[in-house]
Formats: sequence, C-alpha cells, structure tokens
Amino acid sequence: MTGLAIANTPVAVPLAIRSPRILVIGYGNPGRQDDGLGPAAAAEIKAAGWPSVTTCDNYQLVIEDAVEVAAHDVVWFVDAARDGDAPCAIQRLSPALDITFTSHLLKPEALLAIADQQFGRVPEAHLVSIRGYEFDFLEALSDRARNNLALAVTLMRRRIGYLLKVSR
Amino acid sequence: MSSVQLSQGPRKIVIDPVTRVEGHGKVTIRLNAAGEVDEARFHIVEFRGFERFVRGRMYWEVPLIIQRLCGICPVSHHLAAAKAMDMVAGVDRLTPTAEKMRRLMHYGQVLQSNALHIFHLASPDLLFGFDAPPEQRNIIAVLNRFPEIGKWAIFIRKYGQEVIKATGGRKIHPTSAVPGGINHNLSTDDRDALRRQVDEIIAWCSAALEHHKGFVAANQTLHRDFASYKSNFVSLVGPGGGMDLYDGRLRAIGPDGQTIFDQVSPIDYRDHFIEEVRPWSYLKFPHIRSLGRENGWYRVGPLAQVNCCTSIDTPLAEAARNEFIAENGGSPVQATLAYHWARLVCLVHCAEKIKELLFDDDLQGTDLMATGEQRGEGIACIEAPRGTLIHHYTVDEHDQVTSANLIVSTTNNNEAMNRAVKQVAMSDLSGREITEGLLNHVEVAIRAFDPCLSCATHALGQMPLIVTLEDSDGTPIAERIKQ
Repeated sequence: MTGLAIANTPVAVPLAIRSPRILVIGYGNPGRQDDGLGPAAAAEIKAAGWPSVTTCDNYQLVIEDAVEVAAHDVVWFVDAARDGDAPCAIQRLSPALDITFTSHLLKPEALLAIADQQFGRVPEAHLVSIRGYEFDFLEALSDRARNNLALAVTLMRRRIGYLLKVSR
Repeated sequence: MSSVQLSQGPRKIVIDPVTRVEGHGKVTIRLNAAGEVDEARFHIVEFRGFERFVRGRMYWEVPLIIQRLCGICPVSHHLAAAKAMDMVAGVDRLTPTAEKMRRLMHYGQVLQSNALHIFHLASPDLLFGFDAPPEQRNIIAVLNRFPEIGKWAIFIRKYGQEVIKATGGRKIHPTSAVPGGINHNLSTDDRDALRRQVDEIIAWCSAALEHHKGFVAANQTLHRDFASYKSNFVSLVGPGGGMDLYDGRLRAIGPDGQTIFDQVSPIDYRDHFIEEVRPWSYLKFPHIRSLGRENGWYRVGPLAQVNCCTSIDTPLAEAARNEFIAENGGSPVQATLAYHWARLVCLVHCAEKIKELLFDDDLQGTDLMATGEQRGEGIACIEAPRGTLIHHYTVDEHDQVTSANLIVSTTNNNEAMNRAVKQVAMSDLSGREITEGLLNHVEVAIRAFDPCLSCATHALGQMPLIVTLEDSDGTPIAERIKQ
C-alpha cells in the first residue's frame, strides 16, 4: 500500500545510488479475450520476481493511479491494441492533459500530467501496445495474441533487466 | 464543444463530449396540445440479462459472477449476493470476523464510490456552474483549478479502494465473501497501514462536506428549487432506526416523514413492492404496493439513507445529519441537489466506521465460516452507494440457481428520475427548442441520482444521452445528442 506521504515528500534519493523503482501497469478486461493482454503481461513480469519492480493490473486506468505513477522512476503501461504492429509497439510517453476524460477512459499521458500536477513528479514512461485479435466475451487469449504476449514480455524483461543491471 | 446538424425533418443537434453518468441514457419530453410539458421519460433501451446468465450456475459461484454486472459498484453486488447465499446455505448469523470483514469492505466501497461521484462526476457542475462549457466541466479541470479538492478526490477514493483490496482481495471484483462467511481475515500489516491514514481521510471527508455546505449557503434558492419535488423515501435502517448501510430492515417514509412501513424484513420485499414493466424501457418501475402506481414511487440513495434514519452512530456524521435535516425543519429534505450533501454525510460516516472497525480485534479472528441446513431460496438487501439493492435467488436440490431477480438502486429511482427530468423541462423548456441550458440541466438532474445505467439495465457498451422533444402525437420536434 502506498502511504499518503507521497503527496508531500517526493523521492529525494538520487538514482545513481539505488535501483530505479519500476512500475508495470497492465490494464484491460480479461473477460474480453485479448483485451486481457495488459493484465497478462503484468502477471508475467511479476513472475520474474525483481524486488524493485512493482506490478499492478486493472480494468482501466484511474486517476488514483497517479499516486503510484509518481512514486516510481520508470513506468511501463501495457495495453492491448486492436490494430497496429505485431507483436507490439512501444511508445515513449509525455504528459498531456486530456479533457475527454470520462470515468471509463483515462489515457496514460493524462495520468502522467496528473502525477506532475499533483505530486510534482513525472517518471520516464512507455506504452507497450500488444496486438490483439479477438475481443469477444471469453476469458482466454487467442493463440496469436498469446504469441505476441510472449514476445512483448521477452522484450520488456530485457529492457527492465538491462535498466536494473546498469543502475547497480 | 458542440456541433449542429440541421435536416429537413426534425432538427438534430449533436453535442460532444460525453455526459458524466455511469452508463448512458435517453430522455424524451412530450408536449401536450397546448405546448406544455406533459411527461418526461428517461429511457433505458439496452439489456444485459445477468438475471438469465446466473441460471444454472452453482449458488456459491454467484457472488463472484454477479458482480461482473458493473465496474463501479461490484462490491455491493458481491456482498448482496453473498448475503442472499448465506440464506441459501442456511446461515442466519455470520461469525463476528466474517460480519465485520464484510462491513469493512462495504464501507470502503461506499467511501470510494461516493468519492467518485462527488468529486469526479458532480463537482465539475458545482464548482464551475451548470452552464459552464462542457470542456471545462470535468475532473481534470477540477484538478487544475482546485488542487486541494483534487487531492481529496485522489486520496479518499484510493483509500476506499485499499480497504476493498485488504478485505476483498482485489480493488475491483473482490473474491472474499462466500456463502456462510469470508475466506480470510484482515492482516495486521493491512490493518496498520490503513490505521495510519484513516484520521487524515476523515479530516478530508469532513473538509469536503464543509466545502459543499459553502456551495449550499451561496446558492440557497438553486439548491432548494432545482428539479425539486416531493416524494416517498426507502432505505434500510438498523433495529432502532439508525443508519445501517450494510444490513437491517426496510423503512419507507412519506413526503412529510410519516411512516409507510418500518422494520420490514428484506425477505418480505414482495409484500411491499411491485415491479411494474413499461414497454419503452428495460428498467422496471418499482412502487410501494399499498400506495399504488401513482403515489407509491419513491427515492433511494444517500438522500433516502439520511432522511429515513433517526440517527447515525458516528459523531461527525450525526452532527452533519442534524444540520442536514434542519434544512427542511426536520421533515425529509426534498431537494434533488441535496443528494450531494447527503452523499457527503454518508462519506463521513463511512470513514468513521472504517476507523471504528480498524480498531476492532475481531477482524483478526480466525473463525471465518458458519454452516447451516441448506434452503431453496435466498433474499438479501444492502444499501449500495446509489441506494437500496435487493438480490433474490432460488436454488434447486443440485445447488444450481433456478431464478434470479435483482432490484438495483437505479431501478428503485426510475420514476423519481423521470420526475426530476420533468421538473427541469417544465422550468427550462422555452417554446419548441432544446436549448443547451435545458440539456445541461437535464444532465445535472439525472446525475444527482448517480445513476448506474449499465448496472440497472445490464447494458453494455456506450450509449449517449439523447434528449428528444415530441409533439402530443409523438412526432419528434427536436433532438439533441451528447456522446
């Protein structure tokens, strides 16, 4: 659980003398087949057991996630993509407030902006869009999506592992 | 931002962005031959069918399945179903640990849901004005302009979610309440982490309430008169009439506070309520049986929860309740906008109850389950954030569900929402045109009830709010869409 102190006490320890704190947020609905790619990726990263890597999953991003986002140095957002590159596309994110917010939709860029505005911290952030194909009412990834997940997770593990290694 | 499309027939005006209700709705306002507002209908035109889905499922699966109705109040459905299945399992009394774990989860749920509504959905209207540009009336703008309120919005809701996670195993779609009890207790680590924050949460909830009272004081006429009308109210209350959002018996009061019925067991709900079906909506129209269709409709939710109870057993919320009921000289407060004030009273109450429970050692007890002789029927009621929620199931000798009936809060408020829309139409409709102001005010009136349409109708997907103005013969005159 994250304490409320984050609001008033941003991290002060320089990155050079500690491992970067990494957050992986996988979001989507596992009850809609490949829409569950984000949570599945978070679960795979969690299985790696890195002590400075936190994972979480949710059906959608919510404003409260800004607390966790602000408490980390690097954030990987992982979502399913209905189209685009397979196995995945990785995009570096910058804060951007989005007025089209509804309680059912919050973009990661807006979350970064809220973290900046409320807590004065913007982590390095990436969006991993894993290509999905089937979005019906079923709790199972399609075979093609499962293959994309494996490749995307391998890529993420390599990037996260490298970051943790060079920061030692 | 709005865009306008003119056609040769009825005018159609399309407006963005989306409305802030949980789900989606359509409103029709019909004029009489004299051009006056005859009736307003808040349509629900989609259907999800969870009552059918659960047929044939094993009864112990239902608390997990049924909560998938909704991503906003799954905890309420999880707990209502678990309570109904307690009855099926033959358990009339839970162990203290199970009872208190479920209560703690429920208070966390009401806290986070009421915070979601008051800060994310309602505060943009209240802080910027009902007629402020739509691109300004959203939580992002609130965070920008009112960072202190933004802090409350983030941390109060997050705290409620942490309570749910600690008691239910997950922030959304918890798994811990099972027929006859609970599957884990509260760890001391989670208890201690929640204890460290709870005083600040109570302080912020109280500050939010005070801030809202400032809005009421500054807008007395608007607050009293906007979409206002008299109604009956229904909610659960405890044995002595005090507020109890988790369990209790049903009380119904009339517009002047007179008792219609009291201490009715939820098991007997069918003796006191009728669910009427109307062809133009998938949302049923329940009303109080003894009063009939015309006079028996009622309101549920925070306004009813505060109006119906005779006391609140936490000090800050009780003081707030006394101030609230003084607003109408001790009679039930009728103002539609008073839903927000009452919601904040309940918010404070939940924060106080959470603190009380966090210092109760029963939560670390290990006696989690009770057993009994199985029955063929389960009925339970809970005060969800949006109001009274009833779950009713029958189960066969193979443990399979044979029927389900859910009366959710938004269904209970169905007629009341229609009345609120009619009040707005009568006050705001000028000529035969749907103005931006009318559309905004219709939205604000509906939003006061915090309707969860996907839950009430079991709808899936996105549907815009559509307002249509009709002649007395049903011919469309004008239509505006927010999507």
